[in-house]
Amino acid sequence: MTVLIETKKLTKHFSIGRNNTVHAVDEVSLRIHQKETMGLVGESGSGKSTFGKALLGLHRKTSGEAFYKKKLLPNNYKSSDFQKYATSMQMIFQDPYSSLNPRMTAGEIVAEGLYLHTKLNKNTINQKVSEWFSLVGLEKSYMSRYPHEFSGGQRQRIGIARALIMEPEFVVCDEPISALDVSVQAQIINLLEKLKTSLNLTLLFIAHDLSMVRYVSDRMAVMYLGKIVEIGNANDIFFSPKHPYTQLLISSNPEPEVSLNKKSKLTINGEIPSAINIKPGCRFADRCPKVMKDCRENTPKLKPLKTTNDKHSVACYLY
Amino acid sequence: MINKSIALKVSNLHVEFDTYGGVIKAVRGVSFSIKKGLTTAIVGESGCGKSVTVQSIMGLIPKPPGKITRGEVYFEKQDILKNKKINGKDIRGSKIGMIFQDPMTSLNPTMKIGDQVAETIQTHLGLSYSNAFKKAIDLLDLVQIPDAKQRASQYPFELSGGMLQRSMIAMAVACRPSILIADEPTTALDVTIQSQILSMLSDMQKENDMAIILITHDLGVVAEIADEVLVMYGGEIVEKGDVNEIYNNSSHPYTLGLKEAMPTNIKGEKKTLKPIEGSPPDLFRPPIGCSYFDRCPVAMNVCEKNRPETYEISKDHHTNCWAHHKYATNSFK
Repeated sequence: MTVLIETKKLTKHFSIGRNNTVHAVDEVSLRIHQKETMGLVGESGSGKSTFGKALLGLHRKTSGEAFYKKKLLPNNYKSSDFQKYATSMQMIFQDPYSSLNPRMTAGEIVAEGLYLHTKLNKNTINQKVSEWFSLVGLEKSYMSRYPHEFSGGQRQRIGIARALIMEPEFVVCDEPISALDVSVQAQIINLLEKLKTSLNLTLLFIAHDLSMVRYVSDRMAVMYLGKIVEIGNANDIFFSPKHPYTQLLISSNPEPEVSLNKKSKLTINGEIPSAINIKPGCRFADRCPKVMKDCRENTPKLKPLKTTNDKHSVACYLY
Repeated sequence: MINKSIALKVSNLHVEFDTYGGVIKAVRGVSFSIKKGLTTAIVGESGCGKSVTVQSIMGLIPKPPGKITRGEVYFEKQDILKNKKINGKDIRGSKIGMIFQDPMTSLNPTMKIGDQVAETIQTHLGLSYSNAFKKAIDLLDLVQIPDAKQRASQYPFELSGGMLQRSMIAMAVACRPSILIADEPTTALDVTIQSQILSMLSDMQKENDMAIILITHDLGVVAEIADEVLVMYGGEIVEKGDVNEIYNNSSHPYTLGLKEAMPTNIKGEKKTLKPIEGSPPDLFRPPIGCSYFDRCPVAMNVCEKNRPETYEISKDHHTNCWAHHKYATNSFK
């Protein structure tokens, strides 16, 4: 498998004045292979969206490196860099309501990228846009409508068409379905899966719906307070989680099944702490049911588990 | 089925909204009853009328444009649509509490958390401000807010979403209501916080024999805490019954469709998601027949023009679908 995207100790800190720093993403190293869907899960505030945005250059990296096909991506994107990478990497945003310009028609929104980043002429662009409208399941006559005339699911389809019309290789999907109804979620997921296969896409799928992430992903990474605490095959993570945080997170996931003997659940106390001025040691130590002395002094590193042929890594001193 | 006495009964409720585009018939003939000490979940997609139904019970429908054209809601032998007062006291906030979906926007940003909780206590229990504030701190403690005393004198922007939702629950249960209405209480929260809040709600329920009406679109949440389920579609209840029946013996194509649209977590199995194609009916011109006709995979001729009758699948499990008629040509199983 070839590595398409790689990050080495990617870090994004936000300075918020008075010497306070938000450690949104801290030294995240991750490899995403070609044609793979990597799921990224974690609670709000764990830094998963920031990671996706820093990777694409929508945030300036504080330190660390990101590579696309072994080529180093710039630390601070200039407009010429965006020009260069727009046809390779794209993003689908979370909120289908605020991510579309209300003053542009759906057709203009989808076409904009082609006008900016390619040298195609107007007729070819129009033709491509209308092809993409039918690919994502929208009527061609909708091209002249404005975003407010569409439902949430239809808007998300416009967002998908806008990203994929550039024919990228890598797409960051930042919670693409969390604002949608269950019946529409399935429509969008099936559409993404279909396009993924036909276009050979590589996806970073950010979401907090664990069942859905397991469903779409080949591999899955769990983030907590800016760090990846566990990574491995999606099914391994879901059915045999190793890190105490992953165990608690998966146990909290409501299962859409009724069984007469309701299983006893692990519950986690407290909330995700603030990412401002983090203490040394494992970031989960304060909430961890299995905390040891070592956890408060040293930060555990992500290490592959020997029993799993190095496919499953976990950052915890228990292993 | 557990035999419990009825806490609230809604019969034949119709709600309309007058808009520039015409009249939206948001709720069309909804009847159900909820039982003491049990959790009744109302599920359905956006626009199916689930929120409007509970807002009518609470008298929160803005009039105009809203209008309750028909129906009764009985609580303690009184039609509370006509009269919200029992023994001269407003039942809202005292006997029926409500939790709203978005904790960030449902609280007053200019009032301290403790004051907002205390306000309910002052209004309904007639306590003095200082006693009410002390009680508010106890309540915030009860809903597991750490450092309740300090938090009570903070403003909403200083608290996390989970803590704001807990404060709202504290307000709703301040007067020990016999019914608690929760409109998507955990939709905006993380799964870990969601699981904490749901288990807290069911603990409170056991203590007070409180009836909970839970609105949600998450079938996982329903499976976890509901005892009874109402499935709504296009302003109507299409299936209702015991939670086990609804999941394991779904008898309406819409309920089945919802289940098939969600991923399951059975080890070693990957089912393909089956989305429900199409979109919900236009409630400006609601369908004459079955509201699910356009999207139904097993629709028959009769469904287009005739409203389905209610069929009893088992005791306490009813569905409105023609496929259960004894001469039906299609069955969806």
